[in-house]
Amino acid sequence: MAMLSNRRKSALVAYSLVAPFVICFVIFFVWPTIHVIQMSFTDAPLLGGGSWVGLANYKKLLSDKLFYTSIVNNGYFVLLTVIPTTIIALLIALMVNRLRGGLQAFVLVIFFLPYVLPVSVVTQIWLWMLDFQYGVLQPAIAFFTGKPVAVFRNPHWVMPMLAVVTIWWTNGFNVLLFIAGLRNISPELYEAAALDGATPRQRFWRVTWPLLWPVTALVLTLQLILQLKLFDQVYLTSAGGPFNSSYVLLLMLYREAFQLNHGGYGSAIALVLVVLIAVISVLQFQILRIRSAR
Amino acid sequence: MRGNRIENWVLTAATLIAAAVWFFPLYWSIVTSLRTDESVITSPGLLLDQFHLASFYNALFNTKLLTWYLNSIGTAVIITAIVILFSMMCAYAISQLRFPGRKLLYGAILASFMIPIPALYVAQFVLMNNFGWVNSWAGIIAPQLIVPVVIIIYKQFFDAVPKEMREAVVLDGGGEYTLLFKVFLPLNWGITTALAIITFIGAWNNFWWPFLIVTSEEKMTIPVGITQVNDVFGVAYARIMAAALLAAMPVVVAYLVFQRRVTEAVMISSGVKG
Repeated sequence: MAMLSNRRKSALVAYSLVAPFVICFVIFFVWPTIHVIQMSFTDAPLLGGGSWVGLANYKKLLSDKLFYTSIVNNGYFVLLTVIPTTIIALLIALMVNRLRGGLQAFVLVIFFLPYVLPVSVVTQIWLWMLDFQYGVLQPAIAFFTGKPVAVFRNPHWVMPMLAVVTIWWTNGFNVLLFIAGLRNISPELYEAAALDGATPRQRFWRVTWPLLWPVTALVLTLQLILQLKLFDQVYLTSAGGPFNSSYVLLLMLYREAFQLNHGGYGSAIALVLVVLIAVISVLQFQILRIRSAR
Repeated sequence: MRGNRIENWVLTAATLIAAAVWFFPLYWSIVTSLRTDESVITSPGLLLDQFHLASFYNALFNTKLLTWYLNSIGTAVIITAIVILFSMMCAYAISQLRFPGRKLLYGAILASFMIPIPALYVAQFVLMNNFGWVNSWAGIIAPQLIVPVVIIIYKQFFDAVPKEMREAVVLDGGGEYTLLFKVFLPLNWGITTALAIITFIGAWNNFWWPFLIVTSEEKMTIPVGITQVNDVFGVAYARIMAAALLAAMPVVVAYLVFQRRVTEAVMISSGVKG
């Protein structure tokens, strides 16, 4: 009897400990998740009720040209960022890892610093550096093209430039992960490889690369998901233009739900994104795991 | 050996050059902010040649920057405090106590990881509107209180606390709250600081949600506010850069002061170091 009441008492204490989080979680996360699913089957505006329309929003989405434009642009941006940032981060990590003591800490701070900046600070700085008339980078651009380019108003330049800005901003995070991975590799392995007369190149491909692979896979996965969620940088620089050449899924969600007041349609877009990210991350996880098992 | 040394120097030099390139955007924003608006356009030299603080003065006192600062500091501090406290309590219960629903709760927390938060913005906006929280601190704060990764990390750290510590306190008649705040928390100050700093930086830097939920200039956070100064200033890049640097300053200082902690938190939260 005493045991039972003790147990009940300890369960009560446990509930009192989890309650504050659980209440927030249910109200601000679980309920919105359910509500966004509900809304996606209605013709509701952003605020106020709508009527049930079944799968109409999803059908509309599948015949919406802008949806395909967005998917293509999202894919293009992923291509421009994920693998390049992984390679750049790995190179930087290898370079920084060679340095010692204070110099290493100093250089690492420089590479990581942009990552802690608010996105609007990042875009303000790059908008200024790329300003058509007075931008400090325009001479460099003119060197290659013969004339200055309004990069965020040019359909060919906008996505690559957004990729550059994004890589500059977020790369430090990946550098840190690679450095952690490099530090986990035992120096004895390198000593053994050196004793066996391995060249630096062999040391990299036979020791560093395979042992670092779990971290590389992690970086690729995190980057893929992160870059699919592209919104802030686009909204603050090109706003999806010109001619929708930087229009992406989350921008479509924003425009439909918050500017055109199509709450139901916007919710359908949101759910497609959720499914897309879930499917891609599961797929990628499986593929990368197979590679690492080989 | 000699060849090796030269190679070493070349690699180090290359690293420093890469770092200089990486730092250039920030350097350029600092140089610009210290020039006058006219000389930004007329004297485009690359070197730091002027030291005018007028743009900072302008940004601070001719815009609502101080109000935005207050909103950012207030909301980010409240978010950090609540996230840390609630997550710590929840993680403690999941890690140390057995109660019906424990597995379900932890499963739900892990699953919530998969959902990209912006997908919920439509419904969260509806909710905030129902509560009458549009254009308020409460509206900015509420949806940012869910940071599942903080719970997951706390759970890992609490799991690693030796059982004996727990038993000793229980024998002395201490309850769970005593255990949490007198034993588990002091043992985990390091990770608590690290988590608090990255939560703070994340909350400070959040752009999209505060941008959605706030329309009045009086309630904007600083990352949202500085996108408004373009309209106020026109093309006045010295002032725009000064405002941007002021917006970034608190997080940059927080990072520089707690550099080691931030690094640790990033590594732990992505699971490369535990």
